[in-house]
Amino acid sequence: MTVIGLYQAGSSVLHRIPAGWKLLGMLLGIIAVVAATTPWQLGVAAIVVAAGFALARIPARVAWAQLWPLRWILLFVGLFQLLFSGPERAVMVCGSLLITVAIAALVTLTTRVTAMLDLCQRLLSPLRRFGVDPDRVGLVLALTIRCIPLLVEIVREVSEARKARGTGFSLRSMAGPAVVRALRAADAMGDALIARGVDD
Amino acid sequence: MAEIRFTAVHHRFGTRVVLERLDLTLIEQRIGIVGANGSGKSTMARMINGLVKPTSGSVTVDGLDTYAKGREVRRRVGFVFTDPDNQIVMPTVAEDVAFSLRRSGLSKPEIQERTREVLRRFDLHEHADHPTHLLSGGQKQLLAIAAVLITGPDVIVADEPTTLLDLRNSRMVNDLFAGMPEQVVLVTHHLNLLDGFDRVVVLDSGRVIADGSPDAAVDSYTRLLA
Repeated sequence: MTVIGLYQAGSSVLHRIPAGWKLLGMLLGIIAVVAATTPWQLGVAAIVVAAGFALARIPARVAWAQLWPLRWILLFVGLFQLLFSGPERAVMVCGSLLITVAIAALVTLTTRVTAMLDLCQRLLSPLRRFGVDPDRVGLVLALTIRCIPLLVEIVREVSEARKARGTGFSLRSMAGPAVVRALRAADAMGDALIARGVDD
Repeated sequence: MAEIRFTAVHHRFGTRVVLERLDLTLIEQRIGIVGANGSGKSTMARMINGLVKPTSGSVTVDGLDTYAKGREVRRRVGFVFTDPDNQIVMPTVAEDVAFSLRRSGLSKPEIQERTREVLRRFDLHEHADHPTHLLSGGQKQLLAIAAVLITGPDVIVADEPTTLLDLRNSRMVNDLFAGMPEQVVLVTHHLNLLDGFDRVVVLDSGRVIADGSPDAAVDSYTRLLA
């Protein structure tokens, strides 16, 4: 089961900071990382972010799970940069990518979805006059987070069903059943949302 | 108890007739609906909270048309689906229960307090901050039921809520429905869950073939399958 981007309950300082300040801090942190010009500056940023994970008492395996999915991207980008720009550039690009994802993960892990949605709705409320529905936007964000593990489970079950029938891995063959099941789940979830009064 | 009335209800999906000339008035506290796959029982259940509009005829809850007055009806009628994964919309347990109260007019502290109470009632309080997808099947169904009950509906319609559960969890969910003060309409294949129900309606190919006490209705259903 994925633990990507899920709130980890806690009572640390980071958990108690309001979502708005954390998102602002994340934005400033990402800007600082992108503006870094030397590996040691990235090193300092990495230490600060690691300290953030420690302060929030995020288990190491959870922190690692946020970054592990980046491995292939980092490998590809790193090799490309190494070949065409040199080792220092490879370290800068890969390091920046890793640290910015870690910053975003730290905010997600220490902020309840409802706090993020409330903030989103507050920020978008001036746009109501232009036809934007902040409640609806907030719900879409929450559903997106909720559906990630659902989709992962659907793909896993389709893959297992294929293995059980003795067939090998085939992205094309898996895509059909996975998409059909995902659409059915979306349809059913739509009914459930209506039943829970979302459109009322 | 609410009065749920089906008047000359006829429903088809394309050329397939799903419900045929349904005329029923349901006022009992515990009502069971049974039937084979494709008998129309889920469609009938979904008409009660306005998820499905009959092709002809009308369905009302205390005089309110369930499709035309869907908003008012859904405030009174809570719906529990077969697969709780489709019903749970928020990432954590407490957030999903609290989601039901987002338009209740209650303040945040009040919503949090009511959420805590409901989670305690369903023995889910220790999982309040846990991701919903990590719950067991039985816990997910309890969460789905909790999220419905927190809004205080008068009627709970449950469409085969125990189909995906093992025997232990089925009994747990059934005991929950048996002890509820709300009016319950339960669609089920599990005939043993209908013990103590006030009325059981048996559907076959979209028609009511039996309607009465659980024993008599289950008898008809069993003979139908023989």
